[in-house]
Amino acid sequence: MESYGYVAPSSIAEVLAVLNESTGAGQMTQLLAGGSDVLVQMRMPNHQPRTIVDIKKLAETNRLEVGAEGIYIGAAVSSAVMNEHQGLQKAMPGLLEAGDLIGSTQVQGRATICGNLCNASPAGDSIPALIAAGGICDIATATGSREMPVEDFVIGVGKNALMDGEFLLGVKFAMPNANTKDAYLRFTPRTEMDIAVAGVGVRVSVENGVCTDARVSIGAVAPTALLVSEAANALIGSTLDDVALEAAGQACKNIASPISDKRGTAEYRQKVVAVLCKRAIAIAHKRALEN
Amino acid sequence: MARLHVESTINGEAQEFLCDANQSLLDVLRDELGLTGTKEGCGTGDCGACSVLVDGRLVCSCLMLGVEASGAQVETIEGIAGDEGLHPLQNAFLENAALQCGICTPGFIVASKALLEKHPNPDESTIRYWLAGNLCRCTGYDKIIRAVQDAAAKMSHPA
Repeated sequence: MESYGYVAPSSIAEVLAVLNESTGAGQMTQLLAGGSDVLVQMRMPNHQPRTIVDIKKLAETNRLEVGAEGIYIGAAVSSAVMNEHQGLQKAMPGLLEAGDLIGSTQVQGRATICGNLCNASPAGDSIPALIAAGGICDIATATGSREMPVEDFVIGVGKNALMDGEFLLGVKFAMPNANTKDAYLRFTPRTEMDIAVAGVGVRVSVENGVCTDARVSIGAVAPTALLVSEAANALIGSTLDDVALEAAGQACKNIASPISDKRGTAEYRQKVVAVLCKRAIAIAHKRALEN
Repeated sequence: MARLHVESTINGEAQEFLCDANQSLLDVLRDELGLTGTKEGCGTGDCGACSVLVDGRLVCSCLMLGVEASGAQVETIEGIAGDEGLHPLQNAFLENAALQCGICTPGFIVASKALLEKHPNPDESTIRYWLAGNLCRCTGYDKIIRAVQDAAAKMSHPA
């Protein structure tokens, strides 16, 4: 292609048709949601022109539903819209914390957590939070749809599990009960507008003082965000006491395989991820008790 | 490919323009519509100089395609002053000397207007976090923060 094209379909079938036709003709397409990554990538030198497929006109990608039957966040829902949803603030404060850490007020006015997920950066803040919250990807395919846990969706640096002709419609979750709360913490050298040195998303369920379920996910310390089941196992059955938190932090440190770069050395990231894990659990624990 | 025909509302007036599929809203405003008050600082969403409101939502116009403004209400710095004169934020920026070179100023004023619509009496911390996506290399920010506080006070208690 010599120049860019743009289409904004109004149905899933139309999006799939465009993706299918382009793949068949050997032409490149670029799905567009918020655009805060895509437009920057388009300005990179030698970026090949392609057909931009804007998915913001679909009813399905604009769904933002919080109810007893579950939570659904469509792929076109911006962080700003999520932040303003009172039901989501109550049900998933940790996921909102992660979205609220990505970019400025302006960026959050466009950026989506599903775009952050598809972009598949090792340091994407929403990804550990989505994993901790038990997110399930809702993927539109030529034959209908398929689902996949978020922890399986990112398969490498900048690589996601979508196959040719597929796109992410949204992410869904079971409605957490009142005793289940999440939290996300990351460390950056400055307090705003920076990229994670390490990040930890957690979700704990507490009944009668005992942790009955937990999920822990770490980001920016491996090629992809990881679900750390050893950390969860250290928490389940405990009272979330210091010993359990220490063991969970140690499990995160053990599974992390960070790189050294300008934001921090590998050794430093391993130390920080353990500390963030303990602090995030303490925050989620407090939230669970307050309900 | 043929250029795309787009209809939108800019500063309250219906507008039609032609743009390329990969042309940003910022480039459309400046190069197609002659609205050069909106500035390009970085072109990657880091500096906020290109801030505009789209359907009331604060965004970087460099991170949006012109064609995405189809059917939208866009407000730029040119639409901030009313018939009766400068907006209180514009006056406050002048009175508090909250600008030097001025390139970041349109973005700061548009972003501050969005802030005061959502939080009419923001504390300093709220102002600083809201404006964290607007960079200024001249003022050191303090005068800008004071200007926003001044405008907020005047807008809540008009003289």
